[in-house]
Amino acid sequence: MSTQTMETAGMVKMTGQQAVSAALFQAMAEDSRVLVFGEDVADREGGGVMGTTKGLSAKFGDLRVRSTPIAEQSIMGAAIGAAMAGYKPVAEIMLMNFITVAMDMVVNHAAKLRFMSGGQSQVPIVIRTLTGAGWQTAGQHSDHFEGWFAHTAGIKVVAPSAPADYKGLLLSAIQDPDPVLFIENSRTLFVPGEVAADQGPIPLGKAKVVQDGRDVTLVTYSGMVQTCVAAAAELAKEGISAEVVDLRTLSPWDKDAVLASAEKTGRAVVVTEALRHFGPGAEIAATIQEELFGRLKAPVRRLGAPYCAVPFAKALEDAYLVQPADVMAAVKGIMR
Amino acid sequence: MSQSTGTNVPRPDAAAQLDIYRRMLRIERNDDATRAQIRRGRITAPYYSARGQEVIPATISHLLTDDDKICTIYRGIQDMVAKDMPLRPLWAEICGRVDGTCKGKGGPMHLTHPETGVMVTTGIVGSSMPIANGFGWASLLDGKKHVTIAYFGDGASNIGAFHESLNLASVWKLPVIFVCANNGFAEHTRYENGTSVDFIARRAIGYGMPGFTVDGNDPFDMYAHAHAAIARARAGEGPTLLECKTFRFMGHVFGDADGYMTKEEKAAAVAADPLPAFRQKLIDSGLASEAQLAQLQAGLEAEVQDAIDFAFACEAPDVAELRRDVFAEEIAA
Repeated sequence: MSTQTMETAGMVKMTGQQAVSAALFQAMAEDSRVLVFGEDVADREGGGVMGTTKGLSAKFGDLRVRSTPIAEQSIMGAAIGAAMAGYKPVAEIMLMNFITVAMDMVVNHAAKLRFMSGGQSQVPIVIRTLTGAGWQTAGQHSDHFEGWFAHTAGIKVVAPSAPADYKGLLLSAIQDPDPVLFIENSRTLFVPGEVAADQGPIPLGKAKVVQDGRDVTLVTYSGMVQTCVAAAAELAKEGISAEVVDLRTLSPWDKDAVLASAEKTGRAVVVTEALRHFGPGAEIAATIQEELFGRLKAPVRRLGAPYCAVPFAKALEDAYLVQPADVMAAVKGIMR
Repeated sequence: MSQSTGTNVPRPDAAAQLDIYRRMLRIERNDDATRAQIRRGRITAPYYSARGQEVIPATISHLLTDDDKICTIYRGIQDMVAKDMPLRPLWAEICGRVDGTCKGKGGPMHLTHPETGVMVTTGIVGSSMPIANGFGWASLLDGKKHVTIAYFGDGASNIGAFHESLNLASVWKLPVIFVCANNGFAEHTRYENGTSVDFIARRAIGYGMPGFTVDGNDPFDMYAHAHAAIARARAGEGPTLLECKTFRFMGHVFGDADGYMTKEEKAAAVAADPLPAFRQKLIDSGLASEAQLAQLQAGLEAEVQDAIDFAFACEAPDVAELRRDVFAEEIAA
């Protein structure tokens, strides 16, 4: 009882964005090799378009916290070179769609240089980026492209949903010796939650069961965690007990945790914001079926965005995103 | 554009001239041996010879230390050999052996050797430049005076990476020298059919940095401009673009038919081969004797042969290498 009280006393309410900011302040204070740069990140430019990096340049100086031209290829190139020279750059690509103009640097260079150099080159960069439908920013400002990067050997993909994970996983990503893509989701980043005042690094590649259940496993990450938790609450009212597994890291993903949960419940639905077509859900669903064939009570289902660009009109955008009702329908479809 | 014929331009002294020639000959002997091994079928790899372009990296490397870094491209073995990268791991790499500098995982287009400052060799046109900027930024953070060379070709001056990189280097005053080996052809496309300006150096104006068109086959012109650019970078005055005019004798990739150039222009370029010309100059000016240069050549040939013998005696990499170096931590089998 007393332990419980102490933990509660040590908790702070903050948003994911505040958690990211706290992680950056902490990492820069702990290690002078950590650099932060990207479009508008310095205080002179407002400390980031969302204000996430506000105060860093005042505290750590203009050489370690630098605003850049709107030139993503040169941002990523500078990150790679500085990382190979011994620094730990945290490069911000303002929105995930903008990474498309830096794909050569990310895919051909950051992800591959360690392997192609036989281990001589290290590229310990973090690419922070924001994305997600829901703000009506349409097809060039809100895509979830994480599948592309999970499909590229040599770069890790982290996609938290809760404030504590935003902080702990970013701290780990910065310490990691390899490149990490760190995805901030627009629908989760500003939602407050409890974070331990002394929240430290949370290991990459470890899923978290955010809700226990017995009848079905919902495997998800990033913005779809909230959707699945909402669906699970509604399903509970109908007597269906859903377990929600937040992967937190998409690559490498926590196969053991997912398989353990799916084996326990005997059913799984994989829910992504990314396109269903050739999306991350296919890899996860296929793995569950390969490993648990014969022990499942129903085929594994996948939910994801339809095969189109993210639309602008609110009615279309709502239909584009997987909703709790879609998750409930998929679950009920395999409960029979 | 520049004139380098004034009286106070930096000029290589006797020792510098001999060292530049040594580096040129090391490149040429190594290139000749590489082509011979490919012709004999002992190496299977695309090879982008830089025969004819030796003066550029030989002169620049003479002015660098091991702490200065280079980022180069698939036609880049000349840049490494000029930087005095040891030949044994170089040859073991182009032969795909485990003792190669990249354990046989990079090959001739992707050599890396940090001990001699060979940081990145990219197979993507233009991609040496954005990464070179990162090393330049690190130099500023380190508070040291190290410089980084970004090597690229004339074709790469038309890709976005060039323009983004020159802009950032100029805004951040990075100690980076952008060295364009303008050999007149982007793969098979003639310069004027793909490039909007008569001199690539003119593009420097648009990025607020000095740019010079240099005779890349003249060690004296190269020395004068490279010396000034490197001094500028070390003094914290920012980047320079050097467009070094040259010619590649062996086409785009070794074995191509050169159908996109005239026999006359190639013959004229080969007749003006900078290597024998500089050799003759050293002799005529009394800086070296025939016997000395023959001895130098014999020594370099022995070094190359030793590297070839070493490389072919090395083992192929173990298949377990597929799981290593993807990440710092080996991937479980």
